Amino acid sequence: MEYVNPLTGFRVDGRRPNEMRQLKGEVGVVARADGSALFEMGNTRVIAAVYGPREVQNKGQQVNSKDALVRCEYRMADFSTGDRRRKPKGDRRSTEISLVIRQTMEASILTHLMPRSQIDIFVQVLQADGGTRAACINAATLALADAGIPMRDIVTSCSAGYLCSTPLLDLNYIEDSAGGPDVTVGFLTKMDKVTLLQMDAKLPMDTFETVMDLAIEGCKAIANYIREVLLENTRRLECQRG
Amino acid sequence: MLQSKTFVKKTRAGRVQKVVREHYLRDDISCGAASCSTCGAVEHPLSADAAAILVVDTNVVLHQIDLLENPAIDDVVLLSVVLDEVKNKNLAVFNRIKALCSNKARRFFVFTNEHHRDTYVKEMVGESPNDRNDRAIRVATRWYQSHLGENVKVLLITNDRDNKRKAIEEGINAETVESYVRSLAQPGLLDLVVVSTSGDVTMEDVEDLRPSKKKVIYSEHKPMSEITAGLRCGIYHQGKLRVNRYNPFEAYVGSESIGDEIVIHGRSNMNRAFDGDIVAVELLPQDQWHESKSFIADDDEDDEEDVHLAPNSADDAPRKANPTQSTAASSADSVSSRPVGRVVGIIKRNWNSYCGSLEPMPMPAGSGGVAHALFVSKDRRIPKIRIQTRQLGNLLDKRIIVAVDSWDVLSRYPSGHYVVLIENDINTRPFSTQVLACLPPLPWTLSPEDLANPNRQDLRHVRVFSVDPPGCRDIDDALHCTPLPNGNFEVGVHIADVTNFVHPGTPLDEEASQRGTSVYLVGQRIDMLPKPLTEDVCSLRADVERLAFSVIWEMTPHADIISTRYTKSVIKSCAAMSYVEAQARMDDSRLVDPLTVDLRNLNSLAKIMRHRRCERGALTLASAEVKFEIDSETHDPLDIGIYQIREANQMIEEFMLAANISVAEKILKHFPLCSLLRRHPSPTKEMLEPLLRTASSVGLNLDVSSSKALAESLDNAKNDDPYFNKLIRILATRCMTQAVYFCSGDLTFSEYYHYGLAASLYTHFTSPIRRYADVIVHRLLAAALEIAKLPPLFQDGPQLTGVADNLNYRHRNAQMASRASVELHTLIYFRTRPMDTEARIVKIKANGFIVFVPKFGIEGPIYLTPKGDKGGDWVVDEVHQRVTKPGTNVSYAVLQTVMIHMEVVEPQPHRPKLQLTLI
Ligand SMILES: [Zn+2]
Repeated sequence: MEYVNPLTGFRVDGRRPNEMRQLKGEVGVVARADGSALFEMGNTRVIAAVYGPREVQNKGQQVNSKDALVRCEYRMADFSTGDRRRKPKGDRRSTEISLVIRQTMEASILTHLMPRSQIDIFVQVLQADGGTRAACINAATLALADAGIPMRDIVTSCSAGYLCSTPLLDLNYIEDSAGGPDVTVGFLTKMDKVTLLQMDAKLPMDTFETVMDLAIEGCKAIANYIREVLLENTRRLECQRG
Repeated sequence: MLQSKTFVKKTRAGRVQKVVREHYLRDDISCGAASCSTCGAVEHPLSADAAAILVVDTNVVLHQIDLLENPAIDDVVLLSVVLDEVKNKNLAVFNRIKALCSNKARRFFVFTNEHHRDTYVKEMVGESPNDRNDRAIRVATRWYQSHLGENVKVLLITNDRDNKRKAIEEGINAETVESYVRSLAQPGLLDLVVVSTSGDVTMEDVEDLRPSKKKVIYSEHKPMSEITAGLRCGIYHQGKLRVNRYNPFEAYVGSESIGDEIVIHGRSNMNRAFDGDIVAVELLPQDQWHESKSFIADDDEDDEEDVHLAPNSADDAPRKANPTQSTAASSADSVSSRPVGRVVGIIKRNWNSYCGSLEPMPMPAGSGGVAHALFVSKDRRIPKIRIQTRQLGNLLDKRIIVAVDSWDVLSRYPSGHYVVLIENDINTRPFSTQVLACLPPLPWTLSPEDLANPNRQDLRHVRVFSVDPPGCRDIDDALHCTPLPNGNFEVGVHIADVTNFVHPGTPLDEEASQRGTSVYLVGQRIDMLPKPLTEDVCSLRADVERLAFSVIWEMTPHADIISTRYTKSVIKSCAAMSYVEAQARMDDSRLVDPLTVDLRNLNSLAKIMRHRRCERGALTLASAEVKFEIDSETHDPLDIGIYQIREANQMIEEFMLAANISVAEKILKHFPLCSLLRRHPSPTKEMLEPLLRTASSVGLNLDVSSSKALAESLDNAKNDDPYFNKLIRILATRCMTQAVYFCSGDLTFSEYYHYGLAASLYTHFTSPIRRYADVIVHRLLAAALEIAKLPPLFQDGPQLTGVADNLNYRHRNAQMASRASVELHTLIYFRTRPMDTEARIVKIKANGFIVFVPKFGIEGPIYLTPKGDKGGDWVVDEVHQRVTKPGTNVSYAVLQTVMIHMEVVEPQPHRPKLQLTLI
């Protein structure tokens, strides 16, 4: 299958290889949570809710008393994929993604400012169309910011792949299921630091670098967008108050 | 980076689940016109001073691809909707149009109308996909017109009346192909189009068959009495008509009566004569002769473009047979003075069967009925042939053979019927100029840079030689065998270094990758690579310096491999022998020259290797490969026989197998996920069932639990019949599936097994001139040795899998084509030679049995009772595979020898078939 049209250079859905899908972010979508956000990358739609910082509920889980405990629970809604299959809770994939999100967020949260407290992040995929991992991290970032949790930097995530000898940014489901390499990067823009790097195939070094650089560019673009969303939200809150 | 984009979701209702796909609409797609200042510039824009920018619809691309390929047609916009439709309907045409779009010399621009904000068209309720696409084409055309303004004319080319009418109603310039080309006023081009447009077998064409609507296209042939009278008094001239290979609209008739060649221009002057017909020609008035000049000039241009075309065998020299040729050739420079004439009658027809395919056409509604289609011969000198078929869907895109029946004055094309279907799609078109541009400058010689290359070892001093079938011109392997002081041997297999000339991503490489393999037909070869490479630059001929890729082992006299190394090399072969020659040298005990000693050493090593391979359980399978001797003049088979296998063949085969295995090990070690390997799946019990049944009926028990067990029981399958063992092997071979290429990342190690060779790893390395798989493996090996970078293809698993699949497909096609070609030639051979021969029964049927004729490698039914009769008085014994006539002692059992009579019969006119009867 031609994932990139050799004559026009367009991808199946009409994007160019280095273009991201349409982004949409919205904060404050779950009133009861301390912070919440909805994040869309094309048809991939994810909701995140953050509770905390609050007192540690189960002392046994606390690793040390100097840092806040970050917990994360990832779920995919049964209706999120085309086949509407019921998915068991806590399967290997969810556990793994939960861990990935937790570690990525932990790296940006200033946990030492909130000792003896815990932060819970709940992420739910409402609609899956490739790049759910990245979308979850972006949604979590927005929700954490909405909850006012102190962070070093905005952490964003984006995937990139390599199909038809072309590096492609932000794979959608069709491209993702092509079986090519898929690199997911988590990135702290201001600090210029990679906090997450996952790949499930082999790539030669030089190709890998271009693919990773592309993913980082994607992360930067998402960070800009998330900043805009947050600024807009702040402006709106100001208006409401003022 | 991101433009603001609106998007609509395209919903495709699948069987069970609803698939939602994003479909982005953009505002940054360039229109590709040089005159446009709004859009971004593109690499090869449509020219600013074009008389018109053409937008073509799907059917124009499908049917008029020949016209579009003509350089007179340019500044064409191809909409993505059109390309998608073409791709779905005919992949061959799609590849041709794709080549046009990427050809830098042409101005064909692809406009992604489906993703442009202003040209995207949403399907309306109740609108058929066809109507929707037609509308999309009109919307895009209108957009182009308004976008480019009134100074540029945008023209929609469509032969669909309805679409054209709607376009004109909507204020779009629209024309049919024919009227557009007419407006170009280029007579040569028009000729081409007239052919093509009436080639669109549309409804009009079928209607045309009604007598009332028919027009007389050709003049009536003169009656024979008038021709003979005319010849006698010198008004007419007799000769053999030869159509110009490069311009089928021009022909020559060598006439003894005027001692020169008469030129015939155009199909109407040729008046239904075929290449090779003996015709009567009338000269045109002398004032019409000069008109020929422009034609010949045109022709010369074509000539240059098509130099590579000159293909195989005697076909190369179409006018050789002409006795007056010598005089004609010498007068070739004074072409303008050559007489011009027209055909008035045909004295002797040279109608034949032609190989080709049907012109792409839409399936007529209600596909059960009779469809009229146009057959296009592979041989350009043959006009299109109109055929009627009830199985259009079956024949489209297939290579078929068609015979000519008649040619009416009312019909533009001769009528024929289809004879044989060669089920494959094999690219027989000549290589394009882009492909040929990738060839190294000819004549090629070894350069100092090649010698200075540290990765290339100079092996010119080594005594290298090759052994191949007689007459082999594409020699891709050579060997050497040098005794070492320690009593061991250094054995080298040297393979043509094709990848030194075929670089990844070039048009040459892409073409070879598409073709996948050379195709060997009886008396003909369809090459994967252009001839200068296959027969000269890469071919490891004797006494010339050639680049090679070598596998070199140190072997003990017991054929144990002590070390293996791989290197690019320079060799100079000292002898290119045929199998017979090599065999004769080895057998002649008086010869003790170094070359013969090398051969004998190799042979004794090969015997040990072969023995060891059989011990491991490699199957010695057998098939009856038939060989023809072909008359170079008439292409009729002169003799037919089973290909003889000699020890020398087996010797070469053994070292090729060893080289392939060594290379497979090396590449897999370095690239465990992206090596191209070859595997032969173990046959299942069900597949071997027919073999077991036959064997048990003659009291033979075969153990099929493993390839080793089967090999042993095949070895033990002997009785007093000398041919018995071979026959059982032939039957066993038939049960096996074929070996296939695969990408190592797609399977687990245990699945890599090659059953037939009993090898855990295998690949193809030794024939890069004629197999693309070997080209890939050469690149992998070079990358494994770190002398070249791995091309990007290998970093893309799915793409490599796709390449492997294509190779398997092409391979199968090539085999089927060869078989079909052999079958056809068998038929031609026996047409004039009915004969009695010995045959073996291989299968018992209710009313007869199937026999195999070992001598000719053919197989066919023999009926004991007339067809239709259910075989009432014969009793079939399934268990013992025997058919008996009750009350008599007449019976036939499987594997029994019978005498049969072979003869070609024609139960229906023009449908000859080979018939076998019991004597
Ligand atoms: Zn423009």
